[in-house]
Amino acid sequence: MFWKITLFILLAFVSVAGIAFPIVPVPHTWYEFPLIPGLKENAKIIFFHVPTAWLSAVAFFMSTLYSIKYLRKKNLDDDAKSYAAAQLGIIFCVLATITGAVWAKFAWGSYWSWDPRQTSIFALLLIYGAWFALRSSIESEEKRATLSAVYSIIAFLTVPFFVFIMPRIMIGLHPGSESIEGGKVIQTASPVVDFKMNGNMLAIFFLSLIGFTILYFWMWTIGYKSILIREKINKQSIRE
Amino acid sequence: MSSKAYALYKKDFYSELRTRYAINALVMFIIVAISVILFSIGNEKITQSLTSGLFWVVIFFSAMSGLARAFVSEEERGTSLTLHLIAAPSTIFSGKLLFNLILVFCMNIIIAILYAALFDSFIIKNFALFIVSFVLGNVGLATASTIIAAIISKAGAKGTLYPVLSFPILLPLILTAVQLTLLANQGASFGDAKFELAIVFCYDVIMLTGSYLLFDFVWKD
Repeated sequence: MFWKITLFILLAFVSVAGIAFPIVPVPHTWYEFPLIPGLKENAKIIFFHVPTAWLSAVAFFMSTLYSIKYLRKKNLDDDAKSYAAAQLGIIFCVLATITGAVWAKFAWGSYWSWDPRQTSIFALLLIYGAWFALRSSIESEEKRATLSAVYSIIAFLTVPFFVFIMPRIMIGLHPGSESIEGGKVIQTASPVVDFKMNGNMLAIFFLSLIGFTILYFWMWTIGYKSILIREKINKQSIRE
Repeated sequence: MSSKAYALYKKDFYSELRTRYAINALVMFIIVAISVILFSIGNEKITQSLTSGLFWVVIFFSAMSGLARAFVSEEERGTSLTLHLIAAPSTIFSGKLLFNLILVFCMNIIIAILYAALFDSFIIKNFALFIVSFVLGNVGLATASTIIAAIISKAGAKGTLYPVLSFPILLPLILTAVQLTLLANQGASFGDAKFELAIVFCYDVIMLTGSYLLFDFVWKD
């Protein structure tokens, strides 16, 4: 119960703060955000876009982790956990794609421009889609668990290419990728958080990240428990 | 192990020669795909980057139409249980991989020759670079498609699922291979393309290791 109340307060605060706090050229009080050149009011979507993208990656990682665990122990509970993680992952992946596309429209001028990170989130969407297609085409439970586990591990093997290599060979727009400035190819300082954010903006950004992560773990627990209960009821009704 | 894998390859090879199931379908597929592209281009002059992209489009879809046979045919004929008795999983994977490698190489050599003959902008200026990237790309394509074919053969709706499952896995390979083909067509040196070559090489090694480790789980049920 404590966690639910904390989470509610946290997410309510982040939503209100992220949307309503004004952006001013020189912030004086704690609830004012600094103006970031080139982003302006668009900067606020970072509080919702980055957490969704982060969680779609976390969900994919957890799904693979439980797939490996399933292949080691052959316990169908692990398959349910992996499935629940992937179900949430595809939701967050779609959200990240949409928020990203909207942001790109206002910041870069078009909804989609095959930036390396856009390519990787597209690949992630395809992987999730293929994974669910594979699962729905297999009848037997054990077989479905084994084959989808193998597929998710193989799909995970391609992640390093998308995360580390594609941003280096393709010209990108996200911070952290190779870009052209004044005719020269330069490597901007890496990770995503390298915006000119001030202290309070960073604090709300990380609060949002933490809040969404807790939300994800809560949803995931409910998700896999409901899958386990559903399977149990199915088996009981077959027996009777 | 290697002699058994070779025997398995020979069995597949002779059965393919007898039925010519994959070869006929593949050759017709390649001709149809290339003629569709040629019709749609008409008299337009197309750029080199578009040609090298289209080159890999044809390769990808041809691979998707032919490579699933190796495992699907065993399931359809009901001979996979016999294979279980005869050999270890890794041996079976080696045999099937060898067969698919030969198939991919034959298919892609045909495609490359047709492209060089029919497309004005497909002129290979650095032939050595083209050969190296072609070989590395084909090995990666064959490896990834073989393990996906093994997964598919155990699932329902095999034909439609195969390209859906393979595409995200092959995407890094295809993106880099398109770049490499373009570089070879522009006459770039090995130094210019070393990063791309390293990526394709890493992809081959990772996929080869991963599929050998995971094939056991797919094969034993």
